Amino acid sequence: MSEPLMDYDEAMERYDPVLGLEVHVELSTATKMFCACSNQFGDEPNTNTCPVCLGLPGALPVVNGSAVEAAIRIGLALNCQIAQWCRFARKNYFYPDMTKNFQTSQYDEPIAFDGSVEVELDGRPFAVPIERAHMEEDAGKLTHFGLSGRIQDADYSLIDYNRAGTPLIEIVTKPVFGAGADAPRVARAYVAMLRDLMKALGVSDVRMEQGSLRCDANVSLMPKGSVELGTRTETKNVNSLRSIERALTYEIRRQAAVLASGGKVRQETRHWHEEGFTSPGRSKEEAEDYRYFPEPDLPPVAPSREWVEQLRATLPEPPAERRKRLAAEWGFSALEMRDVVNADALDLVAETVEAGAGPQAARKWWMTDLARRANEAGVELAEVGVSPAQVAQLQELVEEGVVNDSLARKVLDGVVAGEGDPRQVVEARGLAVVSNDAVLEEAVEKAVAANADAAQKVRDGKQQAMGAIIGAVMRELGGKADAAKVRELIVKRL
Amino acid sequence: MALSAQEVERLAKLARIDLTPEELERLAPQLDLIISSVATVSEVAGEDVGVTTHAVELSNVFRDDVVGSSLSSEAALSGAPVAEDGRFRVPRILGEES
Amino acid sequence: MNDLVTMTASQLSALMASGQTSAREVTEAHLAQIAAIEADVAAFLSVDSAGARRQADAVDARRAAGDALGPLAGVPIAVKDIFAYRGLPTTCGSKMLDGWMSPYDATVVKRTLDAGMVVVGKTNMDEFAMGSSTENSGYQTTHNPWDLDRVPGGSGGGSAAALAAFEAPLALGTDTGGSIRQPASVTGTVGVKPTYGGNSRYGVVAMASSLDTPGPCARTVLDAALLHEAISGWDPMDSTSINRPVPPVVEAARRADVKGLRLGVVKEFAGEGYQPGVMRRFEEALVALEGMGAQLVEVSCPHFAYALGAYYLIMPSEVSSNLARFDAMRYGVRVGDDGARDVEEVTALSREAGFGDEVKRRIIIGTYALSAGYYDAYYGSAQKVRTLIKRDFEAAFAQADALVSPTSPTTAWRLGERVDDPLAMYRADLCTIPSNLAGNAAISVPCGLSPDDDLPVGFQIMAPPLADDRLYLVAAALEGALDDARGGPLLAKLRSSVTGVKQPTLARQILDLAKEVEA
Repeated sequence: MSEPLMDYDEAMERYDPVLGLEVHVELSTATKMFCACSNQFGDEPNTNTCPVCLGLPGALPVVNGSAVEAAIRIGLALNCQIAQWCRFARKNYFYPDMTKNFQTSQYDEPIAFDGSVEVELDGRPFAVPIERAHMEEDAGKLTHFGLSGRIQDADYSLIDYNRAGTPLIEIVTKPVFGAGADAPRVARAYVAMLRDLMKALGVSDVRMEQGSLRCDANVSLMPKGSVELGTRTETKNVNSLRSIERALTYEIRRQAAVLASGGKVRQETRHWHEEGFTSPGRSKEEAEDYRYFPEPDLPPVAPSREWVEQLRATLPEPPAERRKRLAAEWGFSALEMRDVVNADALDLVAETVEAGAGPQAARKWWMTDLARRANEAGVELAEVGVSPAQVAQLQELVEEGVVNDSLARKVLDGVVAGEGDPRQVVEARGLAVVSNDAVLEEAVEKAVAANADAAQKVRDGKQQAMGAIIGAVMRELGGKADAAKVRELIVKRL
Repeated sequence: MALSAQEVERLAKLARIDLTPEELERLAPQLDLIISSVATVSEVAGEDVGVTTHAVELSNVFRDDVVGSSLSSEAALSGAPVAEDGRFRVPRILGEES
Repeated sequence: MNDLVTMTASQLSALMASGQTSAREVTEAHLAQIAAIEADVAAFLSVDSAGARRQADAVDARRAAGDALGPLAGVPIAVKDIFAYRGLPTTCGSKMLDGWMSPYDATVVKRTLDAGMVVVGKTNMDEFAMGSSTENSGYQTTHNPWDLDRVPGGSGGGSAAALAAFEAPLALGTDTGGSIRQPASVTGTVGVKPTYGGNSRYGVVAMASSLDTPGPCARTVLDAALLHEAISGWDPMDSTSINRPVPPVVEAARRADVKGLRLGVVKEFAGEGYQPGVMRRFEEALVALEGMGAQLVEVSCPHFAYALGAYYLIMPSEVSSNLARFDAMRYGVRVGDDGARDVEEVTALSREAGFGDEVKRRIIIGTYALSAGYYDAYYGSAQKVRTLIKRDFEAAFAQADALVSPTSPTTAWRLGERVDDPLAMYRADLCTIPSNLAGNAAISVPCGLSPDDDLPVGFQIMAPPLADDRLYLVAAALEGALDDARGGPLLAKLRSSVTGVKQPTLARQILDLAKEVEA
């Protein structure tokens, strides 16, 4: 499936990428957008359905007030204008996951428009302009059956409409210029920021792997010095922050190769594969004619200014201000803070601190051991399998002297393996350091006897020789000893 | 002519109706006549006239976010031409992956 | 004991309340009438004898137990097949929904059942309510009881014919462009299009959402008011329903008083295309109303001339979207699913097979009117015309308390006469459509037989939104005056005069049956 790619640095010398990001956020309301069915993920197929979300003849939608409220709060958090008056619209097209064969959405009258948000890249702010945020509904879930389970060679499909009608907010950026070579990282930082914002607003679970936050990444290339926008592609199925960055990097390199060879980029939807490439979907040579028109079944939404101001008062602290405040509270250097933000660990560190750990200890865990694990597993830091509360408990064990650093890593192995909280793992795996003096002294006695040379050197004042004896004690005790304590005992013995 | 047979064919495809050639021949002139006779509406109203999309002027009609009753899966699937494994079974879908 | 099937709902109600008859007896009488006459009229798509008997017995049991019952408890009712009802198939007159059993009840049906009315069956209609003659039904042709060779109007021809043939004293209808009023007009019955939003659309298979209005059908104005009151009012399941008290329609029907009321005669509803006999009866009715103290004023609504055009853009646009859900995936008839065809092909084949010509015509027109490049000229312009029509109404209602016109330009035409001429068919709704576009209330009440063909003529009264009670004031007054002059209700002619109708067999059957019931 590999297409010619240009080296990224070369591509950046010749072209400027222009981004466009469409993010769908599933709201975590109790009920669906237009009916009172439960909006819960993971139930038995077609049990959270009713005449409305099944699109049965005669059924009518009624707007979920909480979803409107969430939409307005999201709009405000994105520094958008909130419409004085707006309508829902029908987007008409046939697809079997959509029960009415139109999606109830918003068209030229979004509830929120003209905003801007800042993302931070390497400690520097970058403004992402927001075109609009509008309300719409999700579709049902298709499962394809056939030889491969892929849609292309499926024999038939089964549909579960539990998800049909789930409230969605679609957030669309204006074209994002000027990110240069950082464009893929800007996109990633933007989606991470949205995720954190949605979490802080309490409006969504924002779990990318479950699809409650989905991103379609558009990119086009402008030859350096040109002001004319190039043809863009839209990449779907980018289900993680890493994928956003990788998919955009790939698309930039692919488009650059196409343009450099004198070709034309086709306007199309492309599909991201975790193996590291995009493949073309259906070409959009003939633009879809969605025949939008105002939804006659739903009266307009006209949020009063009082209501909007009430909702503004409920907004969480803006991300940039929060970062500044936390850096000061935690005593982090600018560099430390930048690394934490870049690693997408800010919320994790904050939650770990909230759970009782010291800020530096929390930072250390997430930025070293856990970052390495996430990287090795190819997952987001938040998905590494250890919660902030567990990290805080682990740190507590270290500070209590129950485990040392190397034991702590083994405890993490157990937590990641799903063996429970750190204390449970310590218990089950017997990972606590040996604190019984008699046992320690016996081990020291044996180590001194076995390393007579080193013992003599220590007696002669050569402290470097101590290491060999400590190592022997640790080996004897399977690493389950506090090194400082062992050193103390050796000094006493010699 | 406001509406050609070719245009009717395109619209029927967009509307997912597999018109037969005979139907196309019969319906196209009728549709052309209908469209021609209603086209005068575009000459009546000026720029200053607003649109009426809802007969009655209501706004902000919202529902409380409280879970109500859903259909049982049996009831939901009761009208399905083909059901399987608690789900609606449909013919193979050509198109983008989603 | 009187003839139960020719009685009005309010008469039946009084008899049942006083114990002179029972809901079961009333139901049996109507089931017998249906059995006797359906072969000629074909008003019903389905009849539920067992269910009707069960419902009737339940009402009798409640009455015996001393429960407080509403005024229409035990009265049989025919339900247009557009309403979702769990007791019988809901086909909407379309092959697409052949045999479909709804898993839920429409709000209006639920209220009908809650009021103790007995659903005897579902009535025939033009497919998805698209038509003015009921000939577009995917199942059968309904005949006008006044002349079996003529149409009963449409789309609610089944409900209107069932009333005129004494198969039920009450019926439910829906009115998108005249589908309640025009059939009432050509069958000599009463039909009301309430204010848009006054009656819940939840469970009404949608044709054009911004125009569809469920409403009552009956043989008398008072019966229509009683049914209106029973089914109307706010429904949280319909976002466009109005959260206000139902206007006092029953009280108005009882008061039947037009003294001092200003009635605006719409100038534009006359002239070419209006049958002379229709205009004559209309003008006589005006004289009668004036005689009772109404003040007649002439009003002009210049934009009504564009109403038909606006309607035939807005309605098909909404139709094209509303009917997209009939894709043979979740319900309805699936055609061509041979395992090889893909979903697109199966949907297109199913829609081709399941929809009739008129439905296809409207879907295609709507698809066109909404499509890129045409939206502004067609759908957008039509919605502007709608604004102008609303303004015309507002100006007219500043001069008059209610407006009046013939309901339809002609009496019932012959079956088949307009089938291949859609535009001629559309013109039957010339006078009724403006009220749908503006959302106001309107009624059709019989005003005699046209002297040129001895067929019923309807008199339309239009009132501002939420002033539905005014319809009943005027209609009941007119009905009373005409009945007095005639010496009885118009429909009595159909029942008693064998020679006066075109189909002696039908009239004789009705008469025989009435005698049978009396005996």
